[in-house]
Amino acid sequence: MTASYSFIALKTIWIKECTRFLRIWVQTLVPPAITMTLYFVIFGSIVGERIGDMSGRPYMEFIVPGLIMMSVITNSYSNVASSFFSAKFQRNIEEMLVAPVSTPVIIAGYVGGGLVRALIVAVIVTLVSFTFVENVSINHAGILVLTVVLTSTLFSLAGLINAIYAKTFDDISIVPTFILTPLTYLGGVFFSVSLLPGIWETVARANPVLYMVNAFRYGFLGVSDVNISVALSVIIGFNLVFFVTAYTLLQRGIGIRS
Amino acid sequence: MKALSISNLRKTYKGGFEALKGIDLNVEEGDFFALLGPNGAGKSTTIGIISSLVNKTEGKVSVFGYDLDTQLVELKRQIGLVPQEFNFNQFETVRQIVVNQAGYYGVPRQVAHERAEHYLKQLGLWDKRNDPARMLSGGMKRRLMIARALLHEPKLLILDEPTAGVDIELRRSMWDYLLEINKQGITIILTTHYLEEAETLCRNIAIIDHGAIVENTSIKRLLATLNRETFVLDLSRDEDQRIEPQLEGFTMRQTDDHTIEVDVEKSQGLNKVFDQLSAQNIKVLSMRNKANRLEELFVDLVERGRSAKSAAGA
Repeated sequence: MTASYSFIALKTIWIKECTRFLRIWVQTLVPPAITMTLYFVIFGSIVGERIGDMSGRPYMEFIVPGLIMMSVITNSYSNVASSFFSAKFQRNIEEMLVAPVSTPVIIAGYVGGGLVRALIVAVIVTLVSFTFVENVSINHAGILVLTVVLTSTLFSLAGLINAIYAKTFDDISIVPTFILTPLTYLGGVFFSVSLLPGIWETVARANPVLYMVNAFRYGFLGVSDVNISVALSVIIGFNLVFFVTAYTLLQRGIGIRS
Repeated sequence: MKALSISNLRKTYKGGFEALKGIDLNVEEGDFFALLGPNGAGKSTTIGIISSLVNKTEGKVSVFGYDLDTQLVELKRQIGLVPQEFNFNQFETVRQIVVNQAGYYGVPRQVAHERAEHYLKQLGLWDKRNDPARMLSGGMKRRLMIARALLHEPKLLILDEPTAGVDIELRRSMWDYLLEINKQGITIILTTHYLEEAETLCRNIAIIDHGAIVENTSIKRLLATLNRETFVLDLSRDEDQRIEPQLEGFTMRQTDDHTIEVDVEKSQGLNKVFDQLSAQNIKVLSMRNKANRLEELFVDLVERGRSAKSAAGA
């Protein structure tokens, strides 16, 4: 397939994916705004007033980057997982499989959809945060954009891998419930890991989400519990591993070809 | 040129079920070809392998000279597939479905929209272009799948039971459409349960059973091998009472007071039946084949294949 054909195919999958989540915007774009508003009200305004500063910043300000990242992770993952699994379930994935669409193009199309949804949600949650935090400053815009793009890509790939293996709708809710949510909550969204005692700080540093939240917080507030180069390397490393895994599974036809 | 060439194609599914046992098949360019077989015979597996939805275990497949193993991209471009089950996104509109499919084949969006209008109009779906696919009737969904398969203008169209569950009127209009596009040069391979469909549309035929080809020939030649046909005759006589004709040299069954079934060997001809009835002062009001001719052959061939296999097994 020539590059121009591949580009048209990629654009087609990408438009289809974006159309899908925009068509059901009440299910995809409104819930993060409501959930995050509740987080800001409860953890930021009510509880946060009593906590005071965290890493030298007011608590409300401290949790803004973490909450945006939490929405990005959840939405990029669930977008690709549910879309790809639905395509498998309804068998319309066959439309792509019979056509000369290469595996990297399929991956890029679905991940592109997850990325756009995650970025729109990030903007929505940022706008929501403006109503609670007066001065949301951006210290390192480049790191901020790079982190959000790489993190969305990573979790879109993870959602794709989940959907490839999934046989029922339950299978695509198990990972978010039992793995993603605990990792996100323990990934430094609401606290600085430096507050954890001894061994628990070391354990917390094994959590990859911690690096994403902190790299993003560094972009926003200029503070981080981890070294930014290490954080970006971890995110890029996971992206590579997940891409190779998704590519290998699709090439072999796991879950999509008999 | 061969539109499709298959040699020694085998497929064994996980669990050991052998769906295809080394089949060979050739379809010439421009042909209208029927692939017949009972349920589970291996038709859909064969089509799945050709369209790369199923991984083969062994064998060679080429479409218009493009090899499945080494020239997959070019091979896929030649094929338009109309699967047995509806496999489009039910929430997308009719136009989105066909335009997106063209996009997967690298057709620019503007061209895809023009072709969508052309094919949707031809298949009577243009008025429904902005409706979600789930709102269409069963027949419309089938036509949508045909339009979708044609958007990238393939040279080989494969239809897996395209008229299953479609009413007679719509089935006939689909037949006319398929004959028309075949006349325009598209090679068509069709699997069907309706043997009348194969007899009406197709020039060549392969019958597959238990993963093996039991017959591969032209429909004309196949029908010529039919030795005996059963005719149903509606009779009348001046007196309105039960008619019990005597037919010497024929096997005959009386089904009601005015209807008989007669088995006629090819060598006998029908004239002798009419002569004898006429001599008994009986009129023939109407006459028809009891069963589809191809159906008789099909059953015969499949049964013969199975008996040969069980004899070999014993």
